[in-house]
Amino acid sequence: MPARVLLVDDEKGFVDTMAKRLENRGYTVGVAYDGPQAINALGKGDIFFDVVVLDVKMPGMDGNEALKRIKADHPLVEVIMLTGHATVESAIEGMKSGAFDYLMKPCDLESLMAKIGEAQDKKEAHENKILEARARHIVLRRGE
Amino acid sequence: MSDVHYYQGLAKSMMFTIILVSFAPLFVVVLIAGYQYSVAYEEKVEAHLRELVLKHDQTIDAYLDEKMAEIRVLAEIIDLGHLASPAGIEALHDALTVGHGTDFVDLGLIDENGIQVAYSGPFRLQGLDYSREAWFKAVRKNTVHVSDVGLGMRGVPHFIIALRMRADGREWVLRTTLDFIAFNRLVEDIRIGETGMAYIINREGDFQTTPRRDMTAEVPFLRELARSLTEGADRVHGRAAMAVMDNPATHRETIFVTSPIKGGDWLMVYQQDTADAFATLNRSRDLAIGILFLGGLAITVMAYLMSRRMARKVARADAAKEILNEQVIEAGKLASVGELAAGIAHEINNPVAIMVEEAGWIQDLLEEGLSSGDNEREVQRALNQIRTQGARCKEITHKLLSFARKIDPTVMSFDLNDLVREIVELSGQRAKYANVVIETSLGDNIAPIEASPSEMQQVFLNLVNNAIDAMDPGGGDLDISTRQEGGTVVAQVSDTGSGIPEANLSRIFDPFFTTKPVGKGTGLGLSIIYGIINKLGGTISVDSAVGRGTTFTISLPAGRADGTGTPEA
Repeated sequence: MPARVLLVDDEKGFVDTMAKRLENRGYTVGVAYDGPQAINALGKGDIFFDVVVLDVKMPGMDGNEALKRIKADHPLVEVIMLTGHATVESAIEGMKSGAFDYLMKPCDLESLMAKIGEAQDKKEAHENKILEARARHIVLRRGE
Repeated sequence: MSDVHYYQGLAKSMMFTIILVSFAPLFVVVLIAGYQYSVAYEEKVEAHLRELVLKHDQTIDAYLDEKMAEIRVLAEIIDLGHLASPAGIEALHDALTVGHGTDFVDLGLIDENGIQVAYSGPFRLQGLDYSREAWFKAVRKNTVHVSDVGLGMRGVPHFIIALRMRADGREWVLRTTLDFIAFNRLVEDIRIGETGMAYIINREGDFQTTPRRDMTAEVPFLRELARSLTEGADRVHGRAAMAVMDNPATHRETIFVTSPIKGGDWLMVYQQDTADAFATLNRSRDLAIGILFLGGLAITVMAYLMSRRMARKVARADAAKEILNEQVIEAGKLASVGELAAGIAHEINNPVAIMVEEAGWIQDLLEEGLSSGDNEREVQRALNQIRTQGARCKEITHKLLSFARKIDPTVMSFDLNDLVREIVELSGQRAKYANVVIETSLGDNIAPIEASPSEMQQVFLNLVNNAIDAMDPGGGDLDISTRQEGGTVVAQVSDTGSGIPEANLSRIFDPFFTTKPVGKGTGLGLSIIYGIINKLGGTISVDSAVGRGTTFTISLPAGRADGTGTPEA
């Protein structure tokens, strides 16, 4: 099943077109034009996003701050940072606070999709581990 | 060239300062020391001359007193009857000659009618009538009389001591002639320097001793001098009077030291040309003047050469500084361009990313086929978007290029408001990401300023960048205002950032002063701004408080109101 992706960037044209292209390839795509909108979309609960593609440099709340908030509220959601050359340092900073990886702007769709796939796999692996742990917990409780 | 005038003026002022500073003490020392020395020296010379004259007049008085005393003693112990005989007076004269050498030239006894009754001596003066002689008349009144020096009856200069005696009811006068030569020597021997000499005159100004040189020309003057001194109150025995006056005979300033002798009948005079008396003093004065003159000449020459050399060095240093300044400005410019470029690269990335996405989208649609759905319209939209974003890129690169061209220091007249708008536009993106709201309040009808636009661009870009940095993180408000105050155009850039600590306020315009971490700031921005504003004859000031923000105020002289952009030569 293709991943559910939330695209966050202040460049409206960029996000919209990319959303169209990803949807064309079977992804479920949500868009947000700044940090607060992204957090809002994640928290609303009508779609459970697997991967967030987050622009680092945004007016108002910047990418790194949004990342921290997302990771705090939704630790399982994987975040891919999207960055221009000038902000590679801050993208790396973002990875230290838990981002999955970063991509340079402009990126081609194939590499983005590959990254999304990896991120989704990682998320699923995490979820499976949690499920296993939970199952073990239940089994152990039964065995008492 | 005003530069040449400036350095010439500098050299001149340096020269005069050096001359003044080195000359003034020299001059003062020479003047004060010279004055003190001359006063002291003159006092010494005067004291010496007075002493000399007093000593000699005492000697002469003593000599005369002694001779008179001897005659008196003789007269008292010798029988007058015995004296009246030629053999008797001869024996007495011989005895005097044995005891006193040739001082007593002759000896005579005169009766009350003035007839010399007895005589012993080298002349034949027996029976001579002295009744009409002045000294005889004088001795009739006083017991003892010492005559002036005169030729007398024999035509030889001499003077006479006469003594009145009483015996057997008759009055007798004992008379002796004293050797003028021996007496003369006493006074003649006083000689100092070239012109210093002593002589004795009587009340009438007649010489009592032979002066060393012919002084007939001076006789009327001396007579006058003698009279004035005679009448003067200071003619007291034991005190030498001193006067400095022009000698009418020699026409030279002369010192006269006078002292009365012989109970005030005679006047001992010592005279010496002032120039001679103070010869040593004059020599040292001439020497001092010579040294002063030569020293002054040396100082002047040295000051001239040194100040010229120093002015040349200053000119060279200034030229080097000018070059360095330009290089520093260029370096600062590059630094700010670098900063700008980083921001702009990001700015360009966004439209490029959009274009890439749109191109990909078109590709997707083409695979589906243009005929399906409203794909054709969608492709049109995507192409429009690509054109829009391309134009955006072009705009950004143009802005960057316009700023990054080599600094052009050409001064021209331009509108400050236009420049501010340009800067605001250029910094807009950066401000947006830093959450800074830029507001401008630009005054109407502001006179154009005369400056280099690219330099002024740098000034404002630096200030705006600093302000945005100061508000990081968190953002704030950045206000840029312009207004005209009389002949000056005032621009203010104020932020609501962290502010500058008071300790740093005095140093912010220093080159290489920065509070940013190593590698982040060059510390040149504000010093370059300061240099640029200063060069234009303007001022820049800062008002800041920690936590409240910072306001930079730039005042520039307003240019011509016609606004024609003619570059200044």
